[in-house]
Amino acid sequence: MLTITNLHVRGGNREILRGINLSIDAGEVHAIMGPNGSGKSTLARVLAGHPEYEVTQGTVLYDGRDLLAMDPESRAREGVFMAFQYPVEIPGVNNAYFLKAALNALRKHRGLEELDAMEFMSLVRARMQMLDMDETLLTRPVNEGFSGGEKKRNEIFQMAVLEPRLAILDETDSGLDIDALKIVAAGVMTMRTPQRAILVVTHYQRLLNYIVPDFVHVLTDGRIVRSGGKELALELEEKGYGWLEADHVAGAPAGKA
Amino acid sequence: MTQVANAPDRYLEELERADAAWGRGAPAWLKRTRKDASGRFQSLGFPTTDDEEWRFTSVAPIAEATFALATDGRAALRSADLAPFRLTDLASAELVFVNGRYAADLSSVRPLPRGVRIESLASRLATNASEVEPFLTRVAPFERQPFTALNTALFGDGAFVHVAAKVALDAPIHVLFVSTADGRPTMTHPRVLVVAGESSQASIVESYVGPRGDRYFTNAVTEVVVSENASVDHYKLQRESLDAYHIGTMHLIGSRNARFQSHSVSFGGSLVRNDVIAVLDGEGIDCTLNGLYLGDGQRLVDNHTVIDHAKPHCGSREVYKGILADHARAVFNGKIIVRPDAQKTDAKQTNKALLLSEDAQINTKPQLEIFANDVKCTHGAAVGQMDDEAIFYLRARGLSHDEARNLLVHAFAGDVLNRMPLEALREHVEAVLLRQLPHATSLRTRP
Repeated sequence: MLTITNLHVRGGNREILRGINLSIDAGEVHAIMGPNGSGKSTLARVLAGHPEYEVTQGTVLYDGRDLLAMDPESRAREGVFMAFQYPVEIPGVNNAYFLKAALNALRKHRGLEELDAMEFMSLVRARMQMLDMDETLLTRPVNEGFSGGEKKRNEIFQMAVLEPRLAILDETDSGLDIDALKIVAAGVMTMRTPQRAILVVTHYQRLLNYIVPDFVHVLTDGRIVRSGGKELALELEEKGYGWLEADHVAGAPAGKA
Repeated sequence: MTQVANAPDRYLEELERADAAWGRGAPAWLKRTRKDASGRFQSLGFPTTDDEEWRFTSVAPIAEATFALATDGRAALRSADLAPFRLTDLASAELVFVNGRYAADLSSVRPLPRGVRIESLASRLATNASEVEPFLTRVAPFERQPFTALNTALFGDGAFVHVAAKVALDAPIHVLFVSTADGRPTMTHPRVLVVAGESSQASIVESYVGPRGDRYFTNAVTEVVVSENASVDHYKLQRESLDAYHIGTMHLIGSRNARFQSHSVSFGGSLVRNDVIAVLDGEGIDCTLNGLYLGDGQRLVDNHTVIDHAKPHCGSREVYKGILADHARAVFNGKIIVRPDAQKTDAKQTNKALLLSEDAQINTKPQLEIFANDVKCTHGAAVGQMDDEAIFYLRARGLSHDEARNLLVHAFAGDVLNRMPLEALREHVEAVLLRQLPHATSLRTRP
């Protein structure tokens, strides 16, 4: 579904990603772990089409199509979804209104009828229950005044409503207490289907207890330095990232996915 | 930099001609007032940027142009031209004025409650002026306001709305002023007088419109009298041609326990100045002044407001918001006066501008003149740009760039729009706003 080849990305006048290779198939859950500043979030944001980054080399194919040539809204309409690390507050825009506009933009693109208010509300209610969300969040402006946890939950809620094919979770676990983390993770797990791929970007292993990945990749300094199964996450938890960085500096071969 | 300050000869010629035309049949008091106003305009001349009240707004394009007093332009107007501006379904009465003259056949008045009168000011003056005499030209002073003086000297027609004591008019009254250039630049000086009797209630919508591309000058004056315990909601929809000049002055005076709201929407015109002056001349008045304006291209929109707290225990709320694109410029000047008598005043003013381009510009100035000591007055101003992260967030959920921008602009304007009590009118304004937005091209965030 997604094939990243030798991806180099500049942002803020420095090279952040320095040759990423990664391929993800439908039905798989991949986790990208790495220390702060390693480029994990940059990778997520580049895949979503954030304009502040410049791709200097490499390709990203999504279902065989050039993802990097698509604008952010086209990616979303084709089924790419990124749960933001820092969801944006949008005063004056009602959460339900926004989500309905987004859902109908996607449906229109897929040649489906737009949902009317009743159909939309019944879909939304079901998803909110799944994530144990307070329904009043619907009538509030998007993310405005939400707690950190509510913002993250709202992202996963949007994902549950928009039903992407490729879901990218950018540090969705940060700012969540353990109860919220379990609920959010359970919500993500219900979306794990053979048709859908999930890419989880996280600093901590904790989330991966609940969203169990098929593959784990370690990103340091803009490169994937090791790839493995879910046990790699446990190893990192035990030894920290320093072990790999040292390894990397020592010239150990970078894992290839 | 200063500009030529005078009243050019061609305006004086029009004044002489108007004087002669109004010589017959007009009430003596009005003839005297007009003569005074004419003299006043001649000595004041057009304001210049040396004048503090006009510091950022040069009216040179008006002063230096030749505008002929508009004649009946109905031949040039098709009924279909009016359709986008009509509020016929919404209004209990729709009075249409073409180039300043009442057009009965384009107007419609549904059966009105007893005690409500809506009619052409010219016909009222020609038949029985006694009802307008205590108010007309007395609410809007012209001693220091050249444009009001010019209007007073030259106005030919306009609307007169009178709501008797204890009468409540549910549906709004729409007064629609249409101007056409008539093949050459023309000017009109429309006049509106609204008198709401004790404990009465009314909503009035004034629209100023013109065909796209027409160059003309509208110089409107509105006088609103809100008697004791009466309630008036006033809406102004300024949707002039983008090549037109619009100067509009509204004076409101309220008595004890009156309640009034002014919602000023300014979307058209190349050079626009809106003045709203509210005098709170009784205790317990509740006053709301809201404004929403849109500028693009090289247009200039200037909003000046004055809230004069003359008596104790009055509250005023003011929110003005502007959206500026391209090289548009805006001015906001909000003066709040609290007289020595006006203890327990509670006044709050907010003005915000959203700049969609780096070349757009606003000069904003709150002006608080407080002479009482037990008052609560706050003001806040903010100028911001479109939030790129918010745009990206919305696009990442599948909204197009334009949809995302429209949603954010709509949200910005929502603050003002949501305060309009007339829902149907609010929706009308929202639709016009979003339709007009694509004109704003040089967006900073455009990919």
